[in-house]
Amino acid sequence: MANIPILTLITLSPLLGILILLFTPANKNRLIKTIGIATTFIPFILVIWMFLAYDYSEKGVAFEENLRWIHMPLNTEAYQGQVSSYFIQFNYHLAMDGISLLLVLLTAIVGVMAAFASVHIKKRWKTYFILFLLLEVGMFGVFMARDLFLFFLFFEVTLVATYFLIGIWGYVGREKAANKFLIYNGLGSALMLIAFTLLIATAGFQVDQSVAGQTHLSYSGDLATILQNLIQPSESSVVLSAGMQKTIFILLLVAFGIKLPIFPFHTWMLKVHNEAPPAVVMIHSGVLLKMGAYGLIRFGLFLFPQQTESWATVLAILGVINIIYGAVLALVQKEFKLVLAYSSISHMGVVLLGLSALNEIGLKGAMFQMISHGLISALFFLLVGSLYERTHTTRLDELGGLARSMPFMSGILLIAGLASLGLPGLSGFVGEFLSFLGLFSEMKVIAVVGTLGIILGAVYVLRGVLGITYGPMEDRYIGIRDARLIEAIPMMALTAFIVLLGVYPTIIIDPLQHSFEQFLQLIKVGG
Amino acid sequence: MSPISNIQPLQWADLATLAPELTLVIAAILLSLLDLFLPRKINRDVLGVLSLVSVLVSLAFVISKMVSMGASADPAFTAHAIQLLGQSYRVDDFANVFKIIFLSGTALILFMSLGSIREDEIQHKGEYYYLLLPAVLGAMIMASSGDLITLYVGLELLSITSYILVGMKKNDLKSNESAFKYIVLGSISSAFILYGMSFLYGMSGTTNLAGIAQMLSQHLVDFKVLIYVSFFLMFAGFAFKVAAAPFHVWAPDVYQGAPTPVTAFLAVVSKAAGFAILFRIFYNVFFPLGSEEYTYMRGDLTLSVLIVAALAMLIGNTAALRQRNVKRLLALSGVANAGYLLVPIGSFNLSNFSEFGFYLIAYLFMNIGALAVVMIVSRSSGNDEVSSFAGLYYRAPFTAVAMTIFILSFAGIPLTGGFMGKLFIALGAAQAKDYWIIAVMIITSVISLYYYFGIARQMYMRSIGEAFPIRIPAPLGITVWICAIATLFLGVMPNVIVDFINHYFSISFDLFIQMGS
Repeated sequence: MANIPILTLITLSPLLGILILLFTPANKNRLIKTIGIATTFIPFILVIWMFLAYDYSEKGVAFEENLRWIHMPLNTEAYQGQVSSYFIQFNYHLAMDGISLLLVLLTAIVGVMAAFASVHIKKRWKTYFILFLLLEVGMFGVFMARDLFLFFLFFEVTLVATYFLIGIWGYVGREKAANKFLIYNGLGSALMLIAFTLLIATAGFQVDQSVAGQTHLSYSGDLATILQNLIQPSESSVVLSAGMQKTIFILLLVAFGIKLPIFPFHTWMLKVHNEAPPAVVMIHSGVLLKMGAYGLIRFGLFLFPQQTESWATVLAILGVINIIYGAVLALVQKEFKLVLAYSSISHMGVVLLGLSALNEIGLKGAMFQMISHGLISALFFLLVGSLYERTHTTRLDELGGLARSMPFMSGILLIAGLASLGLPGLSGFVGEFLSFLGLFSEMKVIAVVGTLGIILGAVYVLRGVLGITYGPMEDRYIGIRDARLIEAIPMMALTAFIVLLGVYPTIIIDPLQHSFEQFLQLIKVGG
Repeated sequence: MSPISNIQPLQWADLATLAPELTLVIAAILLSLLDLFLPRKINRDVLGVLSLVSVLVSLAFVISKMVSMGASADPAFTAHAIQLLGQSYRVDDFANVFKIIFLSGTALILFMSLGSIREDEIQHKGEYYYLLLPAVLGAMIMASSGDLITLYVGLELLSITSYILVGMKKNDLKSNESAFKYIVLGSISSAFILYGMSFLYGMSGTTNLAGIAQMLSQHLVDFKVLIYVSFFLMFAGFAFKVAAAPFHVWAPDVYQGAPTPVTAFLAVVSKAAGFAILFRIFYNVFFPLGSEEYTYMRGDLTLSVLIVAALAMLIGNTAALRQRNVKRLLALSGVANAGYLLVPIGSFNLSNFSEFGFYLIAYLFMNIGALAVVMIVSRSSGNDEVSSFAGLYYRAPFTAVAMTIFILSFAGIPLTGGFMGKLFIALGAAQAKDYWIIAVMIITSVISLYYYFGIARQMYMRSIGEAFPIRIPAPLGITVWICAIATLFLGVMPNVIVDFINHYFSISFDLFIQMGS
């Protein structure tokens, strides 16, 4: 088993679909859709298999692949023969730990469901599925990459693919939405790249004298090396000044904060939620936003525990602002997609709160919230896609009473709503509960203010969901049909996952057993 | 040491060393005569093929010379640079790398012109084909010169032929206007360079770069102010030649007015040649200056290079936001790229030449590729507005995909040469601790995302009424794909080029001119 490059297989398997699609005639749309959906099952099955094979009790990473990729020599003349080699090194380094595993699983699930939801796409199926699968490659790569260069590469793949997916297949305002997406996220990537460059040039520096008489100097993008040099610097490693550490940390915070999104960097994601095709929003809201939180954990928290500690209060306040701001604005929206967009802001605020607790419960809560919100918002937008097909609007004032003509979808919508407002027994509850519990032991006032968001959450979710399903129905909706089988399957599957996480949360908690140990130890030592 | 004693005539043996240059001289003379005597009805593309062959022969000579001169790290081999004519002309790996870039760029430009230049773009194709040869010869002389006079001869050879090339559309008023602007402004910039050089000669009494460096460092105290004056005069002139802001105003007009292949020549070869002399003079004459007392001087000079770099990136990228014409847009993106290329020159680290060389090569492919696509598009639409790219994906899907690769490379998205080059430059600047310039570099490339993706938006998201396929001449299509594949290759396997440069190039022998060696 150890010989199978399973991580590479998961990451690159969508490329197989792309390759087949390239040679498929563009007019055979049934075939193209079948290939597209079928391809997403390959990584899905592999991830499930890995999820089952994963031994949670073991520390460290269970799966790892590390290949030398880019090895750029630098000039050694100034060292006059004392240095055997001097180079910049970037590796193709993938690894899997608990955190990655959960997010990869989320990606695989949402990927399959979004592929089903793509049946509503009206034009240019071939290009659509090629970009869609490319986006999936990028997402898998982001969550597994353990080299700064490789991480950035996959991050940009998702950026470019999403830009085209929004810009070509979105609603009327698609081009503006795509541009806004591009500029905001481009800025985020740029700040991240600055931070990475600084990290590689300082903490990535390595002196290797393991072979007698030979000195190898290198700049490496390898995360393990950088972590080692930052946490336990050896004599030869470059020591980062406090100012430098702070600069890099803030750069990373803003970079991933744009993606997360943290207020006031959220305006782009409203446009995307509103204008992108629902299948893409499922991925966007379900997975892409989590890349921000993941990046913050992997690079912000883990690399700079001391900095994180001194910024914890700020993070918590930002989280509360997100929760309240999102909830209040979700209350007054007339467009259901925007209600969901603001609710995403609110829920991602909970993730920030959980992270800022800096204790095990809070961190696990944040992770749980990420997975749970990914599934719930994917389900919501799956419903939105099917709804729009039938009604051609998702404005709350034009909808109502749909429970009569489509009871099944209304029922699923209600479940999604209840999960979103945090009803015990469904997944939303566990994430919020753990996050607030974690924070409550550290910062009581902020946690209490944050819980206000939960009350508001119940109001805006019920207002939106009930507004669609109950009340008087307009005549023009009388003839509409309930979900077709191909729509119903992903709805039921996502609902099943949401219920499963709600009643059996250890599925998510178990893989995280050892994920935060090193980080929490460092915090304890530092504090 | 008196400079007079250095004068030595050309030896027969030197001719072998000069084979690449001589090939071009002979070819240019023969081809111009051929153009004169060939009957009118014969298609002048024959001349294009012949000049392409001569450029390739010259390229082969350069590479074989480079290989025969041996690796930089080879201890047994000390003759790293061959000096001719009393150190005024030198063949070293600095020059060789540049020559390879000039010649491959010119070869691609010649190849893509074959059969795809329309009558209304260039009437006298024969002239166009054989004038490119002296132009690239001028560039090669610039890269190889170790003396101010030689250098100026090369510069003027390149400039004057470029003036003619820009004005090739004889019946087009816009083209005439741009050629006229180019002559006037180009001559002024040459005057600036010459004036700066005259200070150097006045201070040192020699035109030899190594001699100047030696004299200046001995008499630094006396000439402090004059050194600054001559540096800034020359820098202004060079900045004009490489189109770095704030000396870039000519570029959009000239690029737009010139025939597209000539635009590619200006954007790649001419710009690279400007960098060659800028690099050589700054590192040989100005940057070594400063004993312990005057180290601030080097700091001032390198800082001013970085400031111009930052200005070029900021001004180039923001001005490009408003452009609706692709060639003007690429001109301004060229301004920004000149800024990126100035960074390794201004932030001193040991590997700056490989960083610079790598990005220049990446820039060569993406720029020529993009301009080849512009040629394809404007052949069918009759103009080169950004809107003429509308629906390109439907009309020529493969060309659209290739253009996307160039756009991604320009915008600095991974897996392309443009990204690797920028990252490599940024890491170099980080080694030199010039952190602010990294921030400027990366943030301005976010601005550039907007206008580069504007082209992608036209290609994929807009459409024109009827989607009739575009006819693409074979050489043009092949050029586009050579460039696209090279761009991807540089992004995935950057070490091949860097290894190559690092293997042959040595700072102490190839960049710096040693006295009397």
